[in-house]
Amino acid sequence: MLNVSEIQTFEHDVLVIGAGGAGLRAAIECSARGLNTGLMCKSLLGKAHTVMAEGGVAAALGNVDRRDSWKVHFRDTMRGGKFLNQWRMAELHARESPDRVRELEEWGAVFDRTRDGLISQRNFGGHRYPRLAHVGDRTGLEIIRTLQDHAVHKGFGIYMECTALELLLDGGRVAGVLGYWRESGRFVLFRTRAVILATGGGGRAWRVTSNSWEYTGDGTAMAYDAGAELMDMEFTQFHPTGMVWPPSVRGILVTEGVRGDGGVLLDSKKERFMFRYIPEKFAVETAATEEEANRWLAGDKQARRPPELLTRDVVARAITQEVNEGRGSPHGGVYLDIASRLPAESIRKKLPSMYHQFKELAEVDITRQAMEVGPTLHYFMGGVRVDDDTQMSSVPGLFAAGECSAGMHGANRLGGNSLSDLLVFGRLAGVGAEAYVKGPGAAPRVDDEQVRSAVRRAILPLNREAGPNPYVVHEDLQGVMGRYVGIVRNEADLQAAVREIDRLKADAAAVKATGASQYNAAWHEALDLRSLLITAEAVTRAALVRQESRGAHTRLDHFSEREEWQKVNVIVRKGKDGTMETRVETRRDPPAALAAIAHATIEDLEAGRV
Amino acid sequence: MSERTFRIWRGTAAGGSFVEHRIEVDEGMVVLDVLHRIQAKQANDLAIRWNCKAGKCGSCSMEINGRPRLACMTRMNLYTAGDAITIQPLKTFPVVKDLVTDVSWNFEQNKRIPPFRPRPRGADGQHRMLQADVDRVQEFRKCIECYLCQDVCHVLRDQSRKDAFVGPRFMIRLASLEMHPLDTEDRIPAVRKDFGSGLCNITRCCTEVCPEHIEITDNGIIPLKERVVDRFYDPLLWLRRTIFRR
Repeated sequence: MLNVSEIQTFEHDVLVIGAGGAGLRAAIECSARGLNTGLMCKSLLGKAHTVMAEGGVAAALGNVDRRDSWKVHFRDTMRGGKFLNQWRMAELHARESPDRVRELEEWGAVFDRTRDGLISQRNFGGHRYPRLAHVGDRTGLEIIRTLQDHAVHKGFGIYMECTALELLLDGGRVAGVLGYWRESGRFVLFRTRAVILATGGGGRAWRVTSNSWEYTGDGTAMAYDAGAELMDMEFTQFHPTGMVWPPSVRGILVTEGVRGDGGVLLDSKKERFMFRYIPEKFAVETAATEEEANRWLAGDKQARRPPELLTRDVVARAITQEVNEGRGSPHGGVYLDIASRLPAESIRKKLPSMYHQFKELAEVDITRQAMEVGPTLHYFMGGVRVDDDTQMSSVPGLFAAGECSAGMHGANRLGGNSLSDLLVFGRLAGVGAEAYVKGPGAAPRVDDEQVRSAVRRAILPLNREAGPNPYVVHEDLQGVMGRYVGIVRNEADLQAAVREIDRLKADAAAVKATGASQYNAAWHEALDLRSLLITAEAVTRAALVRQESRGAHTRLDHFSEREEWQKVNVIVRKGKDGTMETRVETRRDPPAALAAIAHATIEDLEAGRV
Repeated sequence: MSERTFRIWRGTAAGGSFVEHRIEVDEGMVVLDVLHRIQAKQANDLAIRWNCKAGKCGSCSMEINGRPRLACMTRMNLYTAGDAITIQPLKTFPVVKDLVTDVSWNFEQNKRIPPFRPRPRGADGQHRMLQADVDRVQEFRKCIECYLCQDVCHVLRDQSRKDAFVGPRFMIRLASLEMHPLDTEDRIPAVRKDFGSGLCNITRCCTEVCPEHIEITDNGIIPLKERVVDRFYDPLLWLRRTIFRR
């Protein structure tokens, strides 16, 4: 029998899982508050998916347009999220993001500047004013590097290329985490009072995705297994503009900054089509003609914004419809043209990494040619349900922040709101964890038998004689999700997906990883399958429950927003018999002051009448 | 499309050898795609590091036909059909397994660098910097930490002087701090002594392999060397210091 005392063990007050923006910011906060902190990540430090974020970080600094304020940001966010956001979270986010951005500058981040030397801000979809603090189009890299360089001097434990397998509980509270070093395949035990999940989303369950390999829904799945509630899982955001060609880069993101800087979407006849897709609700705030849109771009404050900058769900659905109706580009997307809109020099300056990416990967010069783009699975609005202020889940001692938590973005996320989300809620999770760790309650104990059974489960794929190839099972899942749980959904497809996922669960439970445990990609893949399947099932089942179209969730068989569904969230949790349960839960009424802001006209808000 | 031959180094720190794989390659593929296909179909346990597949995270560094490159940014149509493609791990760092090396030394170097120390904010609570002044540090901050520059640096690669020289990656990290308009820390004595700026003999190999096209040598290392020279080797300053014993 395995002797638990022989497993390498670390002790912490709090262990953060995931070292993207949210995890790093959470760990910095915990450490600054005097907690003995550990941070574990599946990749090397600084490689997390946050590096891919291009456009910027949303914060109402008002540096470029003084009319901006937290209230306008809050209103934009609620409207973007189709009023399903947790009101308090959207409030905290809008109020605190300017401070989080200034703090980054204090830690060495070098944002682009305005003419008078302040942090520059750019336009983005769904944001009324230029609000995104940015560094060209590599803002995510700047943020992660700043946090990383700041963190390495704080003296907390950083465990790289270390994968978390299971949360260990003591009487329902967090007691530890079992993980393994990817490099050696050896197991590692963390004894800890609190865990902050910052593991991102689960986009790798889909074939066309902007997500890196790490996005297998680990946090969501571990929390689910530990008994936590998941929420809003049906809302999976398809970014409207992923690369569609060549096939090897299919899904990789083309920043919304291209549209923010004047890029337009064109159909196969090179005609601008977004004017045909303006939802009634946004009509008063969107330009009616190309001429007006161009005036807006030139800085005319009386003009309204171009329809290319409508929220992501609107643009993604418009592109899908164009393609479905036969007006797409040769490789099944549409054209995104910046070449005819800006001089080559300023394209290279404003969008350096896009220029680089298309030039080197697609052999397309975006200063001369249009890009071919189409929707790609990008972001999970749903995830672990947390308390608005403390970020604690329904499991005591278990916190979540960033993409793996739910509530902030509601039915659809505005671009730029994820980088600010990471910073605001990464920090708040640290504050919440401190209160919990320093609060009453005896230190939890890790149960040896729990550890032993977790280890046994993990080594099954290595020890089996034979079984399905884990890569093939993963590809199979990606096909299922792409086919049945895509950008438009219906009951029959979703039911088919549930059946297919059941079949895949059986395959995944029998996979064989060849070779030894040391840096064995097949074994890693086999272990990731468990998280991918739980996450995929949660999305599918939640999508079945929500019988309306709202935000990123489009049901062909329920093709519009329905008032009664604005009043509920869909909750997923593990039932007593081990199967997945869903239920709808009525939302609390919003605080009157916040409701007044969200529903105010922009004129009333800006005149200070609200 | 067409079948191609790959010679991939397989092994661990204890030793290894090249293994040949024949595999279908489709139009538009990059080397990383082919490696993934080999992994899925022929060598399930092949160890590769990668993340973003878009040249932004710097994880998939390896040596392809003897040149240090990012596998995700290396298009297959760069190579003549019919020629075998040889793939091996970075040479400057110890092998963990197959194409994965132990780059932890680099993370240790970063910790040694004195952190950013900003001047106080202005009276209005703001920091002001001009774009013209931040342009040059922004160039260095594009670094994706792929360590290809560390891999080709003679001092690290051929002379094995990791004890004395921090390497190009951390020279530009030092440059990005030293040239940061808000920073107040003085790292020049450390650049000379602890980080070994004198060991770089400006062969520009690092600049050549940088996937982000950072002018590592000309814009980063040479200006740092100049600052060291101005401080420590200026004959007039030396005389004054000697006379006034400062």
